[in-house]
Amino acid sequence: MNVIEVQNLIVKYGGATALDGVSLAVSPGEPVALVGANGAGKTTLLNALSAVVRPAAGQIRIRGRFAHVPEGRQLFPDLSVDDNLRLGAYRVRDRETAWIYRILPELERTRKQRAGSLSGGQQQMVAIGRGLMGQPDVMAIDEMSLGLAPIVARTLIRVLGELNRERGLAVLLVEQSARLAFSLCTRAYVLDAGRLAASGTPRELIDSGVLSDVYLGAADRVPA
Amino acid sequence: MSAFVSYVVHGIAVGCGFALLASGLIIIYRVTRVVNLAQGTFAVAAAFLAATLLGAGVPHGLAELLTVLVAALLGVVAGVVTIGKPGTSPQASLIASLGLSIFGYAVEILLWGDQPRSFAGLTGSFELAGVELPKQYALIVVITLLVFGLLDAFFELTYLGKALSACASNPYAARLVGINVVGMSLCGFALGGALGGVAGVLLTPMSPVSYDTDVLFFVNGFAAAIMAGLKRPLYALGGGIGLGVAESLVAGYAKASYQSAFALLLTVVIVVVQSLRSPSARMSEE
Repeated sequence: MNVIEVQNLIVKYGGATALDGVSLAVSPGEPVALVGANGAGKTTLLNALSAVVRPAAGQIRIRGRFAHVPEGRQLFPDLSVDDNLRLGAYRVRDRETAWIYRILPELERTRKQRAGSLSGGQQQMVAIGRGLMGQPDVMAIDEMSLGLAPIVARTLIRVLGELNRERGLAVLLVEQSARLAFSLCTRAYVLDAGRLAASGTPRELIDSGVLSDVYLGAADRVPA
Repeated sequence: MSAFVSYVVHGIAVGCGFALLASGLIIIYRVTRVVNLAQGTFAVAAAFLAATLLGAGVPHGLAELLTVLVAALLGVVAGVVTIGKPGTSPQASLIASLGLSIFGYAVEILLWGDQPRSFAGLTGSFELAGVELPKQYALIVVITLLVFGLLDAFFELTYLGKALSACASNPYAARLVGINVVGMSLCGFALGGALGGVAGVLLTPMSPVSYDTDVLFFVNGFAAAIMAGLKRPLYALGGGIGLGVAESLVAGYAKASYQSAFALLLTVVIVVVQSLRSPSARMSEE
């Protein structure tokens, strides 16, 4: 039984089609990457999973608890770090935050600080911690590395790897940086202009050349 | 000197009422991005209802409490009308709130007629700096401080208050963590209605209220809210009291009819100054 199952999903913004017949699945405890260039429809797909946007057609099935860590962190900037984390537990009863500080010890000393005053890396940690507070079975993370120093992005990938191995957390990692996503994920989907261009293991996708086609443009699409 | 003290204390008492109205406006605006033009209607309806309940023999305290609860319910109704339909823009909600306030006139005239109404508040007087002042002034200040204390505790200490702040701060993120943003917006309207109701029952013993006093309530509440930058409800306390004292001095030393004009003028000046200080204005200068 997959934790996320999407079939023939179509999402439209007015006359523009953002997602066109996309299907994907994530198994329990599986780290899966969703990669693609800007405007490929990655964020729209996550917003559809969170029911923030309504699909025009297709099916979405989510089994278990789902957390969405959105692009740009999207914290509650005037509230403290601890309040941000506690609000992540809105759907569950347990609002104890101590375990988050054990996983992300850098946040411990900032717990009373306004979330809006933190560095980009710390804000991303709060966003991930807030997602974890909902005790999810699967967590979708949108553009985690955007605007972060490489060392911070690698630290967060390490944390997600530990959560995946030790707690069986399934991850749907949306990234523009395929290299970073493949350091965690064992399988990936490639979106291109709202359509699924390919899927497979990182090795298969790299060998097939689909990634360079998607990010740099296929040779047959380049005007002579 | 005694006239000055009298004007200032009167201004503080009236300003507390403005602050209550302003805090209701701010809470609703922060959560929904709607300037609720029907905010004064909550106070007027509360004034009429309290007068009716007291006239029917309901004791003081209970009558005011029931009135505030009804005002909170009116707030929820106003919320359903203005933001209940998904996808309603703040502009459409603004017009809906204007329509509600006009509809309120019709209901109030139908139920209570078109004559001003009042009721006796706390009787007796106290002396301050050699000036005799009505005890109702002191009651207004004490109740207002108590309400603001409770409001602050609600937002700072309770999970519901934090969730409401979260909706005001980032509705998209609030929705992602599972908060029902529409439900929270209605909660904001209920608080706004209750605060308008408290203002209505406190201010009516000082001056009779008629169906169209909502304009006066709204203008002054909005001016105080603007002085508070439409941000934290607590800031409105300073804004409301400052406005109340300034208006009272204008009325005392110039003319009572200049009060509303003064509030409007002050609002315009603050809006112009704030817009000139905004980043977009500075960018266009560059």
